[in-house]
Amino acid sequence: MLEIENLHARAGDTAILKGLNLTVNAGEVHAVMGPNGSGKSTLSKIIAGSEDYIVTDGRIRFEGRDLLTLPPEERAAAGIFLGFQYPVEIPGVSNMVFLRAAVNAQRKHRGEPELEAADFLAWVRHRVKQMKMDPAMLSRGVNEGFSGGEKKRNEILQMLVLEPKLMVLDETDSGLDIDALKIVAEGINALRSPARATLLVTHYQRLLDHVQPDHVHVLSGGRIVKSGGPDLARELEEKGYGWLDAA
Amino acid sequence: MSANAQDVRELVKNRSYGAGFVTDIAADTLPPGLDENVIRALSARKKEPDWLLEFRLKAYRRWLTMREPRWAHLRYPAIDYQSISYYSAPKSMAKRPKSLDEVDPKLLETYTKLGIPLKEQEMLAGVAVDVVFDSVSVATTFKKKLAEAGVIFCPISEAVQEYPELVRRYLGSVVPFGDNFFAALNSAVFTDGSFVYIPKGVRCPMELSTYFRINERNTGQFERTLIIAEAGSHVSYLEGCTAPQRDENQLHAAVVELVALDEAEIKYSTVQNWYPGDENGVGGIYNFVTKRGDCRGRRSKIAWTQVETGSAITWKYPSCILRGDESVGEFYSVALTHHHQQADTGTKMIHVGKNTRSTIVSKGIAAGFGQQSYRGLVRVLESADNARNYTQCDSLLIGDRCGAHTFPYTEIRNPTAIVEHEATTSRISDEQLFYARTRGIGEEDAVSMIVNGFCKQVFKELPMEFAVEAQKLLQVSLEGAVG
Ligand SMILES: Nc1ncnc2c1ncn2[C@@H]1O[C@H](COP(=O)(O)OP(=O)(O)O)[C@@H](O)[C@H]1O
Ligand SMILES: [Mg+2]
Repeated sequence: MLEIENLHARAGDTAILKGLNLTVNAGEVHAVMGPNGSGKSTLSKIIAGSEDYIVTDGRIRFEGRDLLTLPPEERAAAGIFLGFQYPVEIPGVSNMVFLRAAVNAQRKHRGEPELEAADFLAWVRHRVKQMKMDPAMLSRGVNEGFSGGEKKRNEILQMLVLEPKLMVLDETDSGLDIDALKIVAEGINALRSPARATLLVTHYQRLLDHVQPDHVHVLSGGRIVKSGGPDLARELEEKGYGWLDAA
Repeated sequence: MSANAQDVRELVKNRSYGAGFVTDIAADTLPPGLDENVIRALSARKKEPDWLLEFRLKAYRRWLTMREPRWAHLRYPAIDYQSISYYSAPKSMAKRPKSLDEVDPKLLETYTKLGIPLKEQEMLAGVAVDVVFDSVSVATTFKKKLAEAGVIFCPISEAVQEYPELVRRYLGSVVPFGDNFFAALNSAVFTDGSFVYIPKGVRCPMELSTYFRINERNTGQFERTLIIAEAGSHVSYLEGCTAPQRDENQLHAAVVELVALDEAEIKYSTVQNWYPGDENGVGGIYNFVTKRGDCRGRRSKIAWTQVETGSAITWKYPSCILRGDESVGEFYSVALTHHHQQADTGTKMIHVGKNTRSTIVSKGIAAGFGQQSYRGLVRVLESADNARNYTQCDSLLIGDRCGAHTFPYTEIRNPTAIVEHEATTSRISDEQLFYARTRGIGEEDAVSMIVNGFCKQVFKELPMEFAVEAQKLLQVSLEGAVG
């Protein structure tokens, strides 16, 4: 589904990704771990289409299409979703208006008719309930005044409403208490299917206890330096990242 | 540039300002220039009574002694008042048509193109429309139905003939002829506009609206509107404005006077979409307007709502004089400046009576090289015990070449007054746009969604159908603001 080959990228004069390779197949969950500043958020945002980074070499394909030439909104319509590490606030635009604009924009792009207002409302309510959120949040501004944890939960709500094919979740577990973590994990699992794939960026085993990964990768110095199964994550939790440099 | 690129450019331009066409129509236009003879000629063409000619001449003589105000945060070259024609009317209007069937089809077509099909309007929508083309009013719909309720809604030139005592009593009673430079000019040369009279205790059965259109080259538009709401009456009035796209600047200097007597309520809404000039700042309307409402009666209320997206220059401060005890003044404004547009706009709330309340909500949006200034005065006189004012003044910037400024003034002469002021400035960030785009929402849609969110508080004060119109207008006005 997602094939990243020899990806090099920089921001300004700083080289961040230096030859990254990663293949994610439909139905799989991949975890990406790695020290702070290793380029995890950079990778996530480049997949989503950020213009803050310049790709100097390599390529990314999504379902066989060249992704790098597509603007972010077309990537979204193609089925890519990024759960941000730091979701922004958009004061004045309610979550409801935002979600509706997003759903209808994606539908339009795919040549589908807009959802009827009532159908849309029912659909969103269903997802809000699933995330155990207060429906009153729908009339509040997007992430406006939300706590860190609420913002992360809102990312998953948006994901559940949009039902993407590829879910890239950048440290969605950070800042969540135990209960919220469980709800978020259930949200992610709800979308797990043979037709979808997930890329989980995380520092902690505790999310992976709830969302079992098929593959675990270590990103360091702008490259995947080690890949393995679920055991690798537990090993990292125990030993940290230092031993990898030595290896 | 290749012919093809030129075509595309034209297309884009036209899409941006859909009202920019010219109606080719024979006009009776006075030659440019202003002196007492021009005023006499204009007054004679309108067969005006002597008192009105005197009013005009007094205003003109005062105007000659006045200077154009320069305190606003606006930059524009000097206006040559002798190069402007002060009267222009379609020839077909020489004899005032009795009904729409007699109106020149070319004129009707102009309004259909602008999205105001007068005939259908008469049959379908519950909105009465008065239409002003350059210096004259061409049509007023729904007159009969309004007359049954006792409501007078007609061109002010007609009111001068039909209801001279009402006009004479109220004209200049809110904005005196020498009030300011532009008001004096308007008082001297005003041509047409709307007149509204709501009798005692009557709730006007429909929205009233006036549509102003500048068509002729080198003409100024100096319309005059007078609305009188007798005790216990209620009216909602809306004005819309457009002009053709031209390279030179055209002057528009209107005066609007509102009078609300005991417990009367006037809701005055404006959607101003005069030609703003092109992306390089060439052309566009200079809009210098004096609007003032007098809450003369106790518990009366005047609410101004404005959406200002057009004009190269906007100089406008719709105000309320809260004379009656417990009277209420409100001002809700969205002003947008894109490319090289400049707006210096706000309000004045003058608290005179006891327990008077005022609310000001101003939303300024600047994009491109646009300059946006809020200028507001809250004055509480000694007599105004327990006056309350709440002012909220927000600016939204798109890009980093535009500017927003606020100039709030308060003058409090009564210690019981409570005056609150809140102000914010924000910018649409690249992070916000990227976030929206990762959800599938394109950049321009994201901008217009954020802008609409920003303006929500004001839009909800507009009549429903106009709120939708206003949203579309903002979207079109912001085309090309990002990316
Ligand atoms: N827009 C940017 N401009 C300059 N440097 C950046 C930018 N984004 C990230 N970086 C730098 O790139 C490196 C990787 O950052 P990031 O991808 O956020 O790491 P991680 O998410 O793994 O902690 C860091 O050194 C960071 O400072
Ligand atoms: Mg990160």
